Amino acid sequence: MAEIRFEAVRKNFGKFAAVDGVDLEVRDKEFMVLLGPSGCGKTTLLRCLAGLERVDDGRVFIGDRDATDLAPRQRRIAMVFQSYAVFPHMKVYDNIAFGLRMQKEKKAKIEARVQSSAELLHIEELLDRYSSQLSGGQRQRVAVARAIATKADVLLMDEPLSNLDALLRLEMRAELKTLLQNLDATTIYVTHDQIEALSMGDRIAVMNKGRIVQLGNPLEVYDNPADTFVGGFIGNPPMNFLEAEVSTNGATSIATLSGGSFELAGEVAALAGHNLLLGIRAESIGVETAGADGLVQAKVIVLEPLGSHNLLTVRCGEDTLKVSVQPNLFPLADSDVWLRLEPERIRWMDRDTGVAIRTGTELFATETAVVTS
Amino acid sequence: MALPRLRIGRTLAYVAALAVSAFVLAPIYLITIAAFSSFDAVYEYPKNLVPKDASIETMRVFLDSEGITDSLRRSAYVAAITIVVCLAIGTPAGYALARFSFRAANPFQLALVSTRAFPLIIIAIPLAVTYLRVGIDDTVYGVAMAHIAFTLPLTVLVTASVFAGISYELEEAAMTLGCNRLSAFRRIALPLAFPGVAASAIFIFVTSWNEVFAAAILTFRNRTLPAQLLAALDTSPLTYRLAGGFFLLAPALVVIFFIRKYLLTTWGRVAR
Repeated sequence: MAEIRFEAVRKNFGKFAAVDGVDLEVRDKEFMVLLGPSGCGKTTLLRCLAGLERVDDGRVFIGDRDATDLAPRQRRIAMVFQSYAVFPHMKVYDNIAFGLRMQKEKKAKIEARVQSSAELLHIEELLDRYSSQLSGGQRQRVAVARAIATKADVLLMDEPLSNLDALLRLEMRAELKTLLQNLDATTIYVTHDQIEALSMGDRIAVMNKGRIVQLGNPLEVYDNPADTFVGGFIGNPPMNFLEAEVSTNGATSIATLSGGSFELAGEVAALAGHNLLLGIRAESIGVETAGADGLVQAKVIVLEPLGSHNLLTVRCGEDTLKVSVQPNLFPLADSDVWLRLEPERIRWMDRDTGVAIRTGTELFATETAVVTS
Repeated sequence: MALPRLRIGRTLAYVAALAVSAFVLAPIYLITIAAFSSFDAVYEYPKNLVPKDASIETMRVFLDSEGITDSLRRSAYVAAITIVVCLAIGTPAGYALARFSFRAANPFQLALVSTRAFPLIIIAIPLAVTYLRVGIDDTVYGVAMAHIAFTLPLTVLVTASVFAGISYELEEAAMTLGCNRLSAFRRIALPLAFPGVAASAIFIFVTSWNEVFAAAILTFRNRTLPAQLLAALDTSPLTYRLAGGFFLLAPALVVIFFIRKYLLTTWGRVAR
């Protein structure tokens, strides 16, 4: 049983605030992902939880204990490091047994635990080897086996997959997710890879400049970014942001972009008084080859066939957009296309602050996400 | 074109390496065969490059000479004390220099290096006077203390570079697995640093074993081997000098032969 609570945690390196007042609650047995670009403070926050960094301000709770002043070994945590940190002077067996030996467990119990951990990670054949005789992927497995062998309440993972090659990462991602679902540990997983975050996390805390800018389940974070940073950071390609104006004339409201205008559906009252940015994902834009009412004209700059879909870069007035289209649509460069910006998929942002403006229409997507998760 | 040129280059490199090796090895070889020859063979001209009659006559006479076994024993004592104290102080200091960033870390490092710039000859007289005043002149401990002063700075620098080469994440991992700071050092950093620390122990040994200047001015009756040899050099026969030379050479050579792998891996590494 271990829920985790950060209360106004602050960590400075000299004058630089690596973690700048973070409040976060992680539920028992939850898989929480800390996501953000390098230097956003996610690893520092994790190390504060591990006890490898002392917080300068605020409290850290693990379970019902105040862990702020506890040493790492007193926190009942286990950690997988980015570099794996497999002890080079010990065999794999001794690496996995290390934590159990430090806890002075009985020999038989150690042996059983090492065996079962090794089996979970499929490294039973490697127990007699040294770290230098292992590949990167095998070392990674040893690091995970070592962390789960002690059955700690809390499992911390610092970019565990970032040193693997792409194919192995894909394989390990699914395997790790399955493995962790069957463990009882609360997991905090740090990554800068938004796909890892979306695919693995129960919830994602998106961090930027030492703060948590959005906390939510993966679909919520993807569908309803809290600001332009989250929209731009999550998703490949990033969310498109276009300068826009909305004018209301009786029952109809019109959105005007630099490249054209179209009619909006739904509630727009919240938008009044803001300089607006229109945010929309590449897959939420429909492409037609002929003009019609409600479509915006654009010119194709380049087409990138990606197999499952084609990625278009188009110019619409003064804006450049990324649009995903079906793999059988091949508009020529320089040809004209007409874009359908699905009104219910549009997310409005304040142009000056970058923060999302909730109009009420996006609640639908969030609720769906909650139901399906 | 490229291939023959490469071959010529490689040949030249081998020739150069052989020449350097011969330059270093020739005296060592001559001293060694002389030390294990009979008196007649030592004085014989021209020299035999291949030992004809191996004999321990020269050796025995040397070891039976007055003061030699005592000075050998004293040399061993001095070296042992120097190694133990240097490692006991130097290893933790090197660890601290490698792991913690404290305000004076860089000046401290510079100060360590600059101690090597001090010619011993300048501090020799004040040192001898101080020793006389304190009353530790002509003792094994006094000589050991001087040797510690020479070798400690380098021990700190070398062990610092050894520890800097060991990822701190390994110790952090040990701490998350139940170690405290000290046991993480003992179970992880120290075993991994062992080859490097052993190499610097050897370096300390060789320095102390062969150090003659401080030993000669700080001792009078209780001389170490190099000081003893130096004192007797111009009044002793050739056989004595050759056998003495062999005793100065041999331990260092044997030791370096066994740890050469560690010396290369350790000192080929760039310090932080």
